[in-house]
Amino acid sequence: MILGNLNLSWAIDGWIIAVGVLAAVAAALLGNFLVLRRMSMLGDAISHAVLPGLAAAFLITGSRHSVPMFVGAVIVGILTALLTEWIHHYGQVDEGASMGVVFTSLFAVGLVLIVRAVDHVDLDPGCVLHGAIEMSPLDTWTIAGFTAPRVAVVLSAVLLTNLTFVIVFFKELRISSFDPSLATTVGVNAVAMHYALMTLVAVTAVASFEAVGNILVVAMLIVPPATAYLLTDRLSVMVLLSAVIATISAVVGHLGAIAIPVWLGYSSTHTAGMMAVASGGLLVLAILFAPRQGVIAKWLRQRLIAMEVFQEDVLGLLYRAAEHDHTATLSTDQLIQRLQSSRWTVGMALRTQRQRGLIESINECHSLTAHGVEAAQGLVRAHRLWEHYLVDRAGMDAAAIHLQAERFEHVTDRALRDRLDEETSATAHDPHGKAIPDESGSAD
Amino acid sequence: MVTKPADKDEALPLSVHDLTVAYHRRPVLWDVAFNVRPGRLVAIIGPNGAGKSTLIKAALDLTPRASGSVQVFGGTYRANRHRVGYVPQRESVDWDFPISAIEVVAMGLYREVGWFRRVGAKHRLKALEALDRVGIADLADRQISQLSGGQQQRAFLARALVQNADLYFMDEPFAAVDAATESAIVDLLGVMKQEGKTTLVVHHDLHTVPAYFDDVLLLNMRVVASGPVNEVFTQDNLQKTYGGRLTLLDEATQAVLRRERSL
Amino acid sequence: MRRFRCVAMLALALGAVSACASTQLLATTLLPTTLLPTGDLPSNLRGEGPAETIDWLRVLTLRDYNTRIVVLGTTLLGLGAGVVGSFTLLRKRALLGDALSHATLPGIALAFLIANALGSDGKHLPVLLLGAAVSGVVGVGAILAIRRLTKLKEDAALGIVLSVFFGAGVALLGLVQQSASGNAAGLESFIYGKTASLLASDALMIGVAALLCLAVATALSKELRLLCFDATYAAALGYPIGLLDATLMGMVVIITILGLQAVGLVLMIALLVIPAAAARFWTESTNGVTLIAGGLGAASSLMGSLLSAALPRLPSGAMIVLVSTALFVLSATVGTRRGVLRRWGRRRRFERAIHVEHLLRAVYEIAEVAGAGAERLAVPIDRLLRVRSWSSERLRATIAHAQRESLVQRLTQGGVRLTERGSLEAERLTRQHRLWELYLITHADIAPARVDRRADAIEHVLEPETIARLERLLESRTTEAPPASPHALATGTSHGSKTPGAAP
Repeated sequence: MILGNLNLSWAIDGWIIAVGVLAAVAAALLGNFLVLRRMSMLGDAISHAVLPGLAAAFLITGSRHSVPMFVGAVIVGILTALLTEWIHHYGQVDEGASMGVVFTSLFAVGLVLIVRAVDHVDLDPGCVLHGAIEMSPLDTWTIAGFTAPRVAVVLSAVLLTNLTFVIVFFKELRISSFDPSLATTVGVNAVAMHYALMTLVAVTAVASFEAVGNILVVAMLIVPPATAYLLTDRLSVMVLLSAVIATISAVVGHLGAIAIPVWLGYSSTHTAGMMAVASGGLLVLAILFAPRQGVIAKWLRQRLIAMEVFQEDVLGLLYRAAEHDHTATLSTDQLIQRLQSSRWTVGMALRTQRQRGLIESINECHSLTAHGVEAAQGLVRAHRLWEHYLVDRAGMDAAAIHLQAERFEHVTDRALRDRLDEETSATAHDPHGKAIPDESGSAD
Repeated sequence: MVTKPADKDEALPLSVHDLTVAYHRRPVLWDVAFNVRPGRLVAIIGPNGAGKSTLIKAALDLTPRASGSVQVFGGTYRANRHRVGYVPQRESVDWDFPISAIEVVAMGLYREVGWFRRVGAKHRLKALEALDRVGIADLADRQISQLSGGQQQRAFLARALVQNADLYFMDEPFAAVDAATESAIVDLLGVMKQEGKTTLVVHHDLHTVPAYFDDVLLLNMRVVASGPVNEVFTQDNLQKTYGGRLTLLDEATQAVLRRERSL
Repeated sequence: MRRFRCVAMLALALGAVSACASTQLLATTLLPTTLLPTGDLPSNLRGEGPAETIDWLRVLTLRDYNTRIVVLGTTLLGLGAGVVGSFTLLRKRALLGDALSHATLPGIALAFLIANALGSDGKHLPVLLLGAAVSGVVGVGAILAIRRLTKLKEDAALGIVLSVFFGAGVALLGLVQQSASGNAAGLESFIYGKTASLLASDALMIGVAALLCLAVATALSKELRLLCFDATYAAALGYPIGLLDATLMGMVVIITILGLQAVGLVLMIALLVIPAAAARFWTESTNGVTLIAGGLGAASSLMGSLLSAALPRLPSGAMIVLVSTALFVLSATVGTRRGVLRRWGRRRRFERAIHVEHLLRAVYEIAEVAGAGAERLAVPIDRLLRVRSWSSERLRATIAHAQRESLVQRLTQGGVRLTERGSLEAERLTRQHRLWELYLITHADIAPARVDRRADAIEHVLEPETIARLERLLESRTTEAPPASPHALATGTSHGSKTPGAAP
């Protein structure tokens, strides 16, 4: 292994990270459209199938640098997409299955070729799995006096191509990902876009093959875009985010590959593998912490709503208690019992409402302030208007409406209350015979 | 007869109380309550998205219920499952599946055949009889994609028939079938009624309701009206079912969702 | 039906022969391990394929102990994978095996590292397989979790689990390679397979697993069929869907982890997918797919491993897959039920029948215009050419075809005349066509001038009951003779193919 300790060398690690970032971003840019078009597995199939193309080229040219090798592999990659489509269409085979038939067969061909080619070309099967990103700084090209690893040069070109493609055809890609038949009606050739995308996926897979190996290309194609998809609803933001996430995966992946094994008493491991793990880790973080879609955000949101609803319920309860006797107060224990809640929850709600100046408490006995009455009035009015509406207009059973009205009262603003009032012909009483409070005055 | 839940009879084929069903916290059915008397042919009518299929699925325990209960012959569905037959929507399966019409029908007998056992000659005969009742016995060995839409629907009906149930749920059996199949199904429903079976049918064609059915359940997220066709199937009730959507109700539901999303 | 039985019997026979061969092998293979001196055992790490000289007889009669084990193990594996794969295909989860087999890698590596750290031999097979099973199950769980917790779809979930787990596996393999026990490179055999160096105990385990899967698939064939066809209905009947699905997944996990070391993880996917997909071309029955898939799987494994044993430097895992691919291509082309040739032939026959029908009607209509009683008038070819837009080759071929069915007679002067049979048939067709035209005009509001085309498209597929209903609908037309055409007929005499007077 190149590094046994954590001392980073910019000449080596810098280039490794750069190569990782280039490969990851190039793949992630295209991956956005695979994920959106639900064709992630086609990316998997293509990257597996690149193997026989490379192997055949090795056999024929005996060289790893040649253009024909590149072209051959790309052709096989495109062929994967074509064959899958043909078998799916003409053979009436399930799409996943036709993909499985094609890429495993091509992979088998690749293996046979590699074994046959062992005499001619030095090809390490391990390279197929995890690439040789660690070796990339050793094989350099000098262009205009500037020396860079060959892989970095190739991947830069690929990244540039992909970036240009995505920017130039952004509109077309968006519409054909969203609705291919709509795309056709507005003059976008969805089929051409599909095969252009597949060609670039194949190109990217071939170019990244040496750096990250064929299966980990799949990680970079799918995982960063999937993560970005969870973080935003906008396609342009998603594409940008996926590039950022791919970059982070590459950097964290390489540092992790050097650092983590050392903690466990080993020397460094494969950067490509750790890049995939890093991207997976970022996805898990997104699943948990995404601001809108995240598991924790959803849970917190529900807690928050429940808490606010509860705080409003306390107001409503105090208002109802005071309806007949303006001086009535409720003790904490009474609140706990009527709301069927814990002392802690009730205490929290009371504290919040006191801070807002809606409730005043004297010796554990609570009543509404003038502001509190106003707020509670709106709530109770909404509740009773809803009850009336549900029975009168929606034809629901009077016994069953309370819960529904409860649900709605917390989201009913002034405007909606007015319209409810209108639709229920400004009735004064709810179905249970209770007075519906006026908007600003008292219940009478 | 479909009645208000007021009169309680333990032996009612179907009795639904305060049923509420929500998908992703968005209510699809609200406080649905109705009873079905034995031997009646009931149409479930309502616009798209009114929750017709959901009602059937909730009754069959295929969809979780937010609240309420469904009683089948006075007990839970689980306990009386053997007395209930189900005809799902035709689009719910892949008709390219490698299976013949008679094998599809025999599925209705799987519970009777029991775990691990094969479908024997006796059960094949039963399946064939059911295919004969729906008029496609000659197509028994055809692969199902080679049947016309109407014939596929008949195969589904035959599958329910072999279950020899007392209560049937049919989800749009008349959708996109030819006239011959439609009249065959109507005849069959008549025969089943004479045999004392109770059938609930999700139906779309309002014109044929009075001719085909005894009772009608007008549904639009909640029960608008239910009862004998001649009493309940009125212009006024149809207007309520199809016409004015309860816009405020929709708005409130949207507001609940918005609030959950916005925080 | 009969043809299906033939194919099914063939597949069964194939499977049976493979199975018999395997059982016999099992007997002859397991005995030597205990009876023969160990020196007789060939090296298991000899790499792919035997010596350069090919002794076909020696290979095919399985005289080589090593070949026997390989053939036995892979044949049973192919059989089991084919059967299990047929159900995953029908459940539309063909690629689940893909994700699952990739997801086993970190488990294998981790099991090795842990066992090693605990001081035992990390390459102890059961430990590695346990690790594979655990991480495979975790992978499936991750797929389900991603689908439940996020808005990501199935394909993305599969791709994510596949690549991230595999990445973790690769990273862990990097550690395994440095481990103190030195020779750990054997773990990579799980990725590429080490078919040529299967041990008798490996073959035995594969055999047990395959038989277990076969037993479960046989016992639950009815329930699994219901699950795959209509899960909702199965649930309504009260079947535990989750449990049935878990059973299916369990079979996939077992057959996959045992197949890993035999053919490697990518090629294991092939054994699950290809035979099942190929089987569908031969049969329209669920049991048929399962049987034929098992047979094809066993056959490709048998042939593939024999080929690899006989020819130098051909990896057996890849050869097995390539044989199964060849069988797939063969099935897709000549399969008796859905094969491309078969369907193409069917379409050809249908098109030809339609052309003949067009010919008959054209002849009939020209004769009809010529006057009553002239149905059997001779019609010159060039007139026929003018009434429809068909090429002269097509017309000639169609006439030849109709002639073979003795519907028309070709006259020496170059004309065509309907035979008695042809005349009757033409009358029936014309009637059908015009009834349909009338229907379109009266009920579908289509202009008479355009109705001919529409009727053309549909009339050929009308069934007798539809015709009867058309008649009832249009009443009065109960006579056998065709009604008058609602539009002017093209007779090929004037230059325009449609007479202008036909417009409404």
